Amino acid sequence: MKDQVEPHVTADGRRIGGVLMDLRGITLRFGGVEAIKNISFDIREGEIRAIIGPNGAGKSSMLNVISGFYHPQDGEVWFRGAKRPAMKPFQVARLGIARTFQNIALFDGMSVLDNIMTGRLTHMKTGLLSQMVWAGPAAREEAENRAVVERIIDFLEIQAIRKTPVGRLPYGLKKRVELARALAAEPKLLLLDEPMAGMNVEEKEDMSRFILDVNDEFGTTIALIEHDMGVVMDLSDRVVVMDYGRKIGDGTPAEIRANQEVIDAYLGVAHD
Amino acid sequence: MLYREAGDFKTTYAADSQTFPIRSDRWRYFAVLAIAWGVIPFVIDDYWANAILVPFLIYSIAAIGLNILTGYCGQVSLGTGGFMAVGAYSVYKLMTMFPEVSIVVHVILAGGITALVGTAFGLPSLRIKGFYLAVATLAAQFFLVWLFNKVGWFYNYSASGQISAPERFVAGVAVTGANTAPWAQYLICLAFVTVCAIVARNLTRGSVGRKWMAIRDMDIAAEIIGVNPLTAKLSAFAVSSFFIGISGALFFAVYLGAVEVGEAFGIQKSFLVLFMCIIGGLGSIFGSFAGAAFLVLLPVALKVLGVDLLGWPSSTVAHLQLVAVGALIMFFLIKEPHGLAQLWRVTKEKLRLWPFPY
Repeated sequence: MKDQVEPHVTADGRRIGGVLMDLRGITLRFGGVEAIKNISFDIREGEIRAIIGPNGAGKSSMLNVISGFYHPQDGEVWFRGAKRPAMKPFQVARLGIARTFQNIALFDGMSVLDNIMTGRLTHMKTGLLSQMVWAGPAAREEAENRAVVERIIDFLEIQAIRKTPVGRLPYGLKKRVELARALAAEPKLLLLDEPMAGMNVEEKEDMSRFILDVNDEFGTTIALIEHDMGVVMDLSDRVVVMDYGRKIGDGTPAEIRANQEVIDAYLGVAHD
Repeated sequence: MLYREAGDFKTTYAADSQTFPIRSDRWRYFAVLAIAWGVIPFVIDDYWANAILVPFLIYSIAAIGLNILTGYCGQVSLGTGGFMAVGAYSVYKLMTMFPEVSIVVHVILAGGITALVGTAFGLPSLRIKGFYLAVATLAAQFFLVWLFNKVGWFYNYSASGQISAPERFVAGVAVTGANTAPWAQYLICLAFVTVCAIVARNLTRGSVGRKWMAIRDMDIAAEIIGVNPLTAKLSAFAVSSFFIGISGALFFAVYLGAVEVGEAFGIQKSFLVLFMCIIGGLGSIFGSFAGAAFLVLLPVALKVLGVDLLGWPSSTVAHLQLVAVGALIMFFLIKEPHGLAQLWRVTKEKLRLWPFPY
């Protein structure tokens, strides 16, 4: 049933490449509860892939499997053509997978700049001794990575709050800073867990624009979970639909809209 | 107009990330250094050295060390006294085993040994947090004091069970032993404080410091951006213990000259240094100095006020001191959890605009 899409260029000029991440037969159990039941889908290079489904469908669990928080009892995760062994989250981060959280997970005690700089940690290599002296490699590395971070700050239009402690920011800006931190890692795959939860229409429009720009300008592959159907259908190239831990649909937004099983899951179905 | 940043533009990222980005701050820092190095050594007397300045400098190093662990990395430790004892006994063993090697090398090596011990006792932090970790480090405190009391090898089987520092020289000047001049005590401590503070500042403003703070603020998010919690926590324990070891070594060799472990490095010392960090400000190098200065000066000030001016019995003043410290801890925990450093920051914010707030 898997659609075989060859590498191609979309109508709006974005390049969709081969398979970046392939999830094969993932099954995740918590005790007797099967949160994810034998789910397979893939994420292609350069695309925006949405995961949708009603509450408790296992979407966040799926993201946690990808980012290494949960280890599935069954199934394989293939990343860039190789099977990924069981990894800790920080090792997954070093592979080039970054994410944001449904409930913002920023470092409240640090400034916006420092928060985004932490996103560069996987790119910073100087050791303890070099940093003690703060001359030569350590200082140079700091300045280089700062330059990268400043580009992201410009891109997301948060120059004015650069030195503000994150704890003082309003919700919408925090979401943006969290996106900035994930982007600072220059990830190959960016996972967004409900990037627009709790936002008003303007904030949603801003965030949608940023997501499209990130995908367009940096060519970053994005997998996102979102509840706002309008946003999902507009943004994504392909959509996976989950319900009670099963996959009930997979395809382009148009296909999903026409899928009877998906409609039943969202609207309910008469039992006769 | 006392303090301003107008017209102070940064043109490079290096200039923006320096320790004192504001010009008047920078001048104040150089002025403090100049006075500390150029003026105080010439005017210092025995009372100022032994009652105030030398303990202040030594406690500052310990407070910086604990602040790295607790303030920057968020790992509560009550083992400071024990780790200071490791520094003291290491430097004692090194001094008596290799008398020909410079005391400066011994103190640094003592810091290194303490770093190893601290890292070993930091291992539980990988599994437990908060109060539970505090209790685990408390075990380190009691175990280490017990060890140095019990095993004769550590105090060279001296009859009293005490260790006492033999006389050692730096550049021909005695810095330990009975004949040490107050200015020599002061200068060797100042040298270590200066270097330790700069190193601590460099570590905390770079990527290592950001890893620590990330672990402190939210360990799950830290892991997701690629921080290995194992190396981040253990490096915090190692660096922290290194500084605490140095301060313990100086406390024994330069300040006291002879110590009995339970008395000098007991649980009270752990709490004293922790209070310095809390009152001074968690997560701030300046706060470590402020806290150390405050808690060293408080008893002196109370004694001058109570005994010398008001003529109260000294036991009453000693009790008052306990009450005052306790009350202050509560005050800071409730009113200003970031301590004196935060008060200083707020003052600077106000001064920036003074006298024209709009």
